[in-house]
Amino acid sequence: MLSPTLITVALAAAMIGALAGVLGSFLVLRGQSLLGDVIAHASLPGVVAAFLISGGRGFFAILAGALIAGALAGLSVQALRRGAGVKPDAALGVVLSLFFAAGVVLLTLAQTRGGSAGLTVFLFGQAASVLRADLVPMALVGGGVLVVLALLWKEFQFLAFDPEGARAQGLPVARLEVLLTLLIAVTIVLGLTLAGVVLMVALLIAPAVAARQWVRGLAPMVWLAALFGALAGTGGAVISAIGQGVATGPVMVLAAVALAALSLLLAPERGILARRNRQAQARKSLRGRQVLAALGGLGADHANPGYAGDQAMLDAYLGADAGPVLARLQREGYVRPVALAPEPGARRWELTEAGRQRLEAPDA
Amino acid sequence: MKNLHEPHIACHVEDLTVSYRERPVLWDIDLDIPPGVMAAVVGPNGAGKSTLIKAILGLVPPVAGHVRVFGQPVAEARRRIAYVPQRQSVDWDFPATVRDVVLMGLYGTLGWLRRPGRAEKAKAQAALEQVGMQDYAARPISQLSGGQQQRVFIARALVQEADLLFLDEPMAGVDAVTEAAIVSLLKAQRDAGRTVVVVHHDLQTVARYFDWLVMLNQRIIAQGPVAEVYTEDNLRAAYGGQLALIGTLRLADDA
Repeated sequence: MLSPTLITVALAAAMIGALAGVLGSFLVLRGQSLLGDVIAHASLPGVVAAFLISGGRGFFAILAGALIAGALAGLSVQALRRGAGVKPDAALGVVLSLFFAAGVVLLTLAQTRGGSAGLTVFLFGQAASVLRADLVPMALVGGGVLVVLALLWKEFQFLAFDPEGARAQGLPVARLEVLLTLLIAVTIVLGLTLAGVVLMVALLIAPAVAARQWVRGLAPMVWLAALFGALAGTGGAVISAIGQGVATGPVMVLAAVALAALSLLLAPERGILARRNRQAQARKSLRGRQVLAALGGLGADHANPGYAGDQAMLDAYLGADAGPVLARLQREGYVRPVALAPEPGARRWELTEAGRQRLEAPDA
Repeated sequence: MKNLHEPHIACHVEDLTVSYRERPVLWDIDLDIPPGVMAAVVGPNGAGKSTLIKAILGLVPPVAGHVRVFGQPVAEARRRIAYVPQRQSVDWDFPATVRDVVLMGLYGTLGWLRRPGRAEKAKAQAALEQVGMQDYAARPISQLSGGQQQRVFIARALVQEADLLFLDEPMAGVDAVTEAAIVSLLKAQRDAGRTVVVVHHDLQTVARYFDWLVMLNQRIIAQGPVAEVYTEDNLRAAYGGQLALIGTLRLADDA
């Protein structure tokens, strides 16, 4: 199983997954996920053009072509928004489709000419097409991206949280934004052979969304997103190697999205289950306090703190069956049932000492 | 120092005009805020109060006019200026602790490639103590109430130890206790010789909280010591249609 190809693919997938998780964190926090999708799709015409011009799948030629196309797309979005007053999401959607369509047209043209086998790799990605020779430039470029990010860490943090505040302190926010977008574009281009232009955005966003659920700070989020990305990458590579011929990119994406879904569901503070649980707890404790307060109130009305309230009266007062709540309160030692002589069929309850104390406590 | 223009004025604005999409939002603003005052900027909705602050800080490009802070262009006086944006202008679900946010106040002076160290953290803690949030330093900001968020933002400005503070609606949507705390904090800043400029929305409290008043409705309606500016005529000129309401407010305030 551990063929050299698999090792190459797994290494590349781990690297790209981690890098995408790191940069994707900034995309997600700045609410720019769609921009990542636009850059990915828009790189296709650049990739094909670079292929046609350079006559091969050379790493740096492809990188340059994709970056140029991505930059043109970014400028088009700006022009549509500022120049023509198009709303941001519409501008992003139009530019994405335009560049992707242009890319597909170029791609089909290139294929009719022949000699361009392997270009479709860039649509959905094909991990097996990653060569050992690609690993070193991939690591160098990816490492470069991370170094820039680490050097400008506090600036990018400020930018992501409060761009206006950052500008007020004199940080060159516009230039930092361009630089951050450039780093994201480079990351996307590095991942194209693995995930393809269509699915790349998921590798950026899913690990970041997953990581956000578990952390309280930006640095932990970025580290965890890198870990999740690397896990999804290697996991996808290994799974697709076991299932002979299953495309690696989509499996990586599925793995990343699965991590995100689990995190959304299970994270201790922010997860859906934890929130549900907190709400249920709050409702339960509110219910319990309501019943205790009603019992206490009945006692006060009768000027008898030891007064035993009829369960049917509590039902009527609360507009719901008080039985389960009373049973729980009894288990917790706050109330106890009382039998009264003339009413053998009725269930009456009185507050215990603990119940009275709980009722008087300011908040529980 | 070369080319100081009006150095004795904390914030000097001349002929400032800002427009959005060919429509003037601020028109021909001439404004002088002397040092050591606590000034309110008031005016009806859409009067351009926030835009004025942003234009002074260079966050919104003016089409005409100039701004000087202690005689210097704003770009050269950044270290003497602190800015508290509206609380709602950021996403409080951002993964950061209270300390992280206060430290951001020092990023402008810290310089490239330098990370906040022990000295910076001590400063941040001191600023948090000033706003009564010292026990919250490690708290994620997503768990704060509105009033606590506002205090954290103010701490981020205090840590800059600036001479001129701009605050955009710091009392909006906070509870009465927090409002009182913020006011006494800002008065203490003024008493320490700093200049405080606050966009304020509550006419009833203007006279109690502030000693300098700028009344704005796209143009400057009036500016000066509160006692001179806070008059029925000026309020009428600034607020126009909302006059009936203002009349009752005046009565309530005088009573």
